[in-house]
Amino acid sequence: MIRVHSYESLGTYDGPGIRLVVFLQGCNFRCLYCANPDTIDAKGESKETAPEEILKMAVSQKPFFGKKGGITFSGGEPTFQAKALIPLCRMLKDAGIHICIDSNGSIWNKEVEELFSLADLVLLDIKEFNDKRHQTLTARSNEQTLKTAAWLEKAGKPFWLRYVLVKGYSFFEEDIRALGEHFKDYRMIERVEILPYHTLGMHKYEAMGLEYKLKDVAANTPEELERARLLFEEYFKTVYVN
Amino acid sequence: MAMNFKAGRWNHEINVTDFVKTNITPYEGDASFLAGPTERTKAVWNKCLEALAEERANNGVRSLDPSTVSTITSFAPGYIDRENEVIVGLQTDEVLRRAIKPFGGIKVVEKACRENGMEVDPKVKDIFTHYRKTHNDGVFDAYTEEIRSFRSLGFLTGLPDNYARGRIIGDYRRLALYGLDRLIEAKQNDLRHLTGPMTDARIRLREEVAEQIKALKEIKIMGEQYGLDLSRPATNAQEAVQWVYMAYLAAVKEQDGAAMSLGNVSSFLDIYIEYDMNQGLLDEVHAQELIDQFVIKLRMVRHLRMQAYTDIFAGDPTWVTESIGGRFNDGRIKVTKTSFRFLQTLYNLGPSPEPNLTVLWSPQLPEGFKDFCAQVSIDTSSIQYENDDLMREVRGSDDYGIACCVSYQDIGRHIQFFGARCNLAKALLLAINGGRCENTGTVMVKDIPVLSGDVLNFEEVLANYKKVLKEMARVYNEAMNIIHYMHDKYYYEKAQMAFVDTDPAINLAYGVAGMSIAVDSLSAIKYAKVTAKRNDIGLTEGFDIEGEFPCFGNDDDRVDHLAVDLIYYFDEELKKLPVYKNAKPTLSILTITSNVMYGKKTGATPDGRAKGVAFAPGANPMHGRDKNGAVASLSSVAKLRYRDSQDGISNTFSIVPKSLGVDRESRIENLVTMMDGYFVKGAHHLNVNVLNREMLEDAMEHPEKYPQLTIRVSGYAVNFIKLSREHQLEVISRSFHERM
Repeated sequence: MIRVHSYESLGTYDGPGIRLVVFLQGCNFRCLYCANPDTIDAKGESKETAPEEILKMAVSQKPFFGKKGGITFSGGEPTFQAKALIPLCRMLKDAGIHICIDSNGSIWNKEVEELFSLADLVLLDIKEFNDKRHQTLTARSNEQTLKTAAWLEKAGKPFWLRYVLVKGYSFFEEDIRALGEHFKDYRMIERVEILPYHTLGMHKYEAMGLEYKLKDVAANTPEELERARLLFEEYFKTVYVN
Repeated sequence: MAMNFKAGRWNHEINVTDFVKTNITPYEGDASFLAGPTERTKAVWNKCLEALAEERANNGVRSLDPSTVSTITSFAPGYIDRENEVIVGLQTDEVLRRAIKPFGGIKVVEKACRENGMEVDPKVKDIFTHYRKTHNDGVFDAYTEEIRSFRSLGFLTGLPDNYARGRIIGDYRRLALYGLDRLIEAKQNDLRHLTGPMTDARIRLREEVAEQIKALKEIKIMGEQYGLDLSRPATNAQEAVQWVYMAYLAAVKEQDGAAMSLGNVSSFLDIYIEYDMNQGLLDEVHAQELIDQFVIKLRMVRHLRMQAYTDIFAGDPTWVTESIGGRFNDGRIKVTKTSFRFLQTLYNLGPSPEPNLTVLWSPQLPEGFKDFCAQVSIDTSSIQYENDDLMREVRGSDDYGIACCVSYQDIGRHIQFFGARCNLAKALLLAINGGRCENTGTVMVKDIPVLSGDVLNFEEVLANYKKVLKEMARVYNEAMNIIHYMHDKYYYEKAQMAFVDTDPAINLAYGVAGMSIAVDSLSAIKYAKVTAKRNDIGLTEGFDIEGEFPCFGNDDDRVDHLAVDLIYYFDEELKKLPVYKNAKPTLSILTITSNVMYGKKTGATPDGRAKGVAFAPGANPMHGRDKNGAVASLSSVAKLRYRDSQDGISNTFSIVPKSLGVDRESRIENLVTMMDGYFVKGAHHLNVNVLNREMLEDAMEHPEKYPQLTIRVSGYAVNFIKLSREHQLEVISRSFHERM
C-alpha cells in the first residue's frame, strides 16, 4: 500500500506537460519553508492506497497527458516509500505512462536505486550547495543528494535540477556559483528550475499549531529572480523561473 | 456581376452545404496574417461603447419603444454611424432601443415595460387583449392543474411559456447564395406539392409555408428600406456579409426567442472573401473590417425581458451563437481564414459575450488554429468548445450549428423545440418524502411509498426515485407538447422557417438541472449512513451524514456511474412519450444560470447541501467537491454519455492563468493538450474561463473599471458586471482550479 496525501490532476509545474501529481506522505527533511508541512509526518492525514487505484487514475487520465505529460510522484519525499512505489512504477511503465520523481535525493538504498531506474525523469531538489547552510535550512546534510546527482549522471538518467530561492537562506552568489561549477559539465541535467520562495503554505502551519520560522522573509522581487536566472545561466543552458 | 463559383448540386436545389463543400478553402496556417481594426470600425465601435455606457447607466435598458409592434418591416431603418458603417441594419430605428413583441404574450410585454418605467401603448394592449390571442394565453388555457403545480413549486422551471422558445436557426446563408426571388420560388413550389389528404398536419404545414413566403416578401421590403436589392444573390464579399445579416436581422426583428443563434456562417463567408481577394478586390484589412462590423451588429442585438426571465437567464443574453471550425465527414477541415477573423474580433473590439463564439473542436484540427483558440481563451474567456468528432458521429451532419449553448442543429434541415429543464434534485426529495413537495407538503406524485425508516436505504430510495422520474417525465412531456403547439399557433417563426427546408426534422429538447446534487445524494445514501431529519408533518428538513462517500468530479467510477445510469434512465422514460409534430426527444444537462434559482427552490439534500444553496451549473461537479484537480473533474464529466443527452452536456471550467503553466507558451500548449484529452475521452462541451478570482471580486466593487469583462457561465458568456450580486457571488464560489 502507498500512503497518499493528495492528488493534483492538472499538474503543470512538476515536470513536463500536464501531469497527475501524487503527493506522498512522509519526509526526512525539515525544510524551514516547506509548503506542505502536512506531508512531513510519516502518517499524517493520508490514505493507504492500493497501487492499482493510482494506476487506474493515471490510465483514465492518460489522454490528457498528450505527448509530454504523465505522472509525477512528489510529496513529502517519494523515495521514503520507494519499496511500495516500485511495483506501481512497473505497471505505469507497461501502460506507457511517463514517470517523474520529485525528490530531495537524500535517501539511498537498493529500492531507491531501482525506483530511479524506473523513472523517465527525476526532479532533483538541491536546497543549498553549502552543506552548513543546507543543514540550517533542512536539518540534514546535502552529502547524499550530491551523490544521488552523480549516480543519475552516471546512469544516464535525465534530471532537472530545482532550486528554491530564499533570501538569507539559499540566495548567496558564492553558493550558486559553487553549485554551477560542480554541475556545469553534467550532461543529464536537462533544465534548471528556480522556484521562487512563496508563503502559500504558511496557513497550514497555523492550522497545525506549528511555528513558521520564515515569517519575516520576503518573497523574491522580479529583479532578484532575474539576477538569479542570469547567475544560473552562466553555468546551464536551460534555466526557468517557475 | 455574378460570381463564378464551382458548380455543384447547389445550382439545382437549395443546398448551401453542397456549395460550402465544393468551394471552401481550408486554412492550415497560424494567426500571423490577421489585421487590426480600421478607423471606420473604431468609429462605429466607439459609438457603440457610448451607447453601452448609456444602457448601463439606465438600468440595463437604454431605450424602449412601447408602441411599435416589432415586425420585419415595422421600424424605419436605423444606423449607428452611417458614414462609417460597412454593414447596415438595426432591429429598431436606433441602436440599443428595444422593441415590443406581444405575439409571445401581452402580459409579458406589459410587465417588462412597467419594470422599465413605461406603459405599453393602450392601443397595442387593446388589440392583443381583445382581438389577437398570444402564445402565453394559449399555453395557460391548455395547462392542466398538475402542470401548473409542477411549475409553480419548482419541479419544472424556466419553461418557454412566458417567453418565446427560440433555438430555431434559419440557414441565413441562403439569402446571400440565392437571393429572395429564388427562395420564394422554391417555397412556392413546395407549397404547390403539399396536396391532400388534408390532415391536421398537412393543413398546418400549408399554412406555415404560406407564412414563410409572406416573410420572404417582407424581407424584400426591409432590404429596400436600407437601399439593398435582396431579391438577387450577393455579388461580392461585402454583400454576402450584408445579405446574411439581413436574413438574421429579419429573425430578430420578428422574434425574441431566448436563443436566436446564427448557425455557422464564417466559412461560408470565407468563400466570398477568398473570391474577392483572388480577384484583387479585397485585402486583409478590409476583409477583417467586414467581419468586425458584422460582429458589432451582432453585439447590439437586444430583446425586451421581464425580471422573472433575468432570474433564470442572467446577464441579458441573446445567444447569437456562431459555430466555428470542425471537419467534414470526409476528413477535410472546415477551418478557414474567416474562422480566425471571427475570433480576432475579440481583440479588435475587445472581449464580449456575444456573439457566442463556439469552436467545434477536434484534435485533428490544424495546430495553428488550436493554438490561436487557446490563446484567445486565455486572453478573453469568451469562447466555448464542443466536440465535433462526437457530434458528427452521433448526429450525422457535418454542416451543423449550435443553437443556444450546446444544442446540435443540422442547419436548414433540422430545428428544435426548446424545453427548459426539470429539477432532478427536487425529484429525489419527492422519492424520500412519499411523493410530497419537501417545502409545501403538496402531493406531487401519488402512490410513492413512505420510507420504512429514517436511515435511508439506497434500494428503497432508488425504487421510489424511478417512479417519481417516470411521472415527472410524463408531466414534463405534457407541458412541452402544449407549449410548442401554442407557439406554432400564435407566434410562429415565419422569418426563420423561411430559411429552413419545408417540413424539417425536429428535436424536442428536454433538460435536467441539479444532476451532481442528485448523484452525490445517491452516493451518500449508498456509501455513507444518511439519516433524514423530519419536521412535524414528516417532511425532510435536513440530513445527518455519517461516514465518507465519493462525490462526482473525482474520476471515481462508484459515483460517476450513478450519474450515467440516472441520465440514461430519465432519457429512456422521456423517449417513451408521444411528442407534438413527431419530434424526436433529446435531453440536455444544462442549466444556463437557473442553477441559482433552482437551488433556491430546493430543500436540504442528502449530500449535505443546505436548503436554498445554488446547484452547480450544467453537468458540473458541485463546487469544492472535486478534490483531485481539474483533470479528474473533467474526466468525471467526460463519462456522461452524449448518446443519452443528445441536446448537450454543459461543463464550465474556470482556472487561474498561473495554473495552466509557467509562461504564455506553456499555458497555450497545456490548454490545447487538455482539450484534446477531454474530447478524446468523449466529452461534449467545455466553457473555458482563464481568470483570477481577485479580479472578479474587484469587478464586483468597481464595475466601471471592467465594462467588457466577460465570463463563461453555463453554455454562454456574460458581461460579468451585468450579473446580479447573487449570480456574481455564485460564480466566484465555483471551483477555480488553482495549484496547491
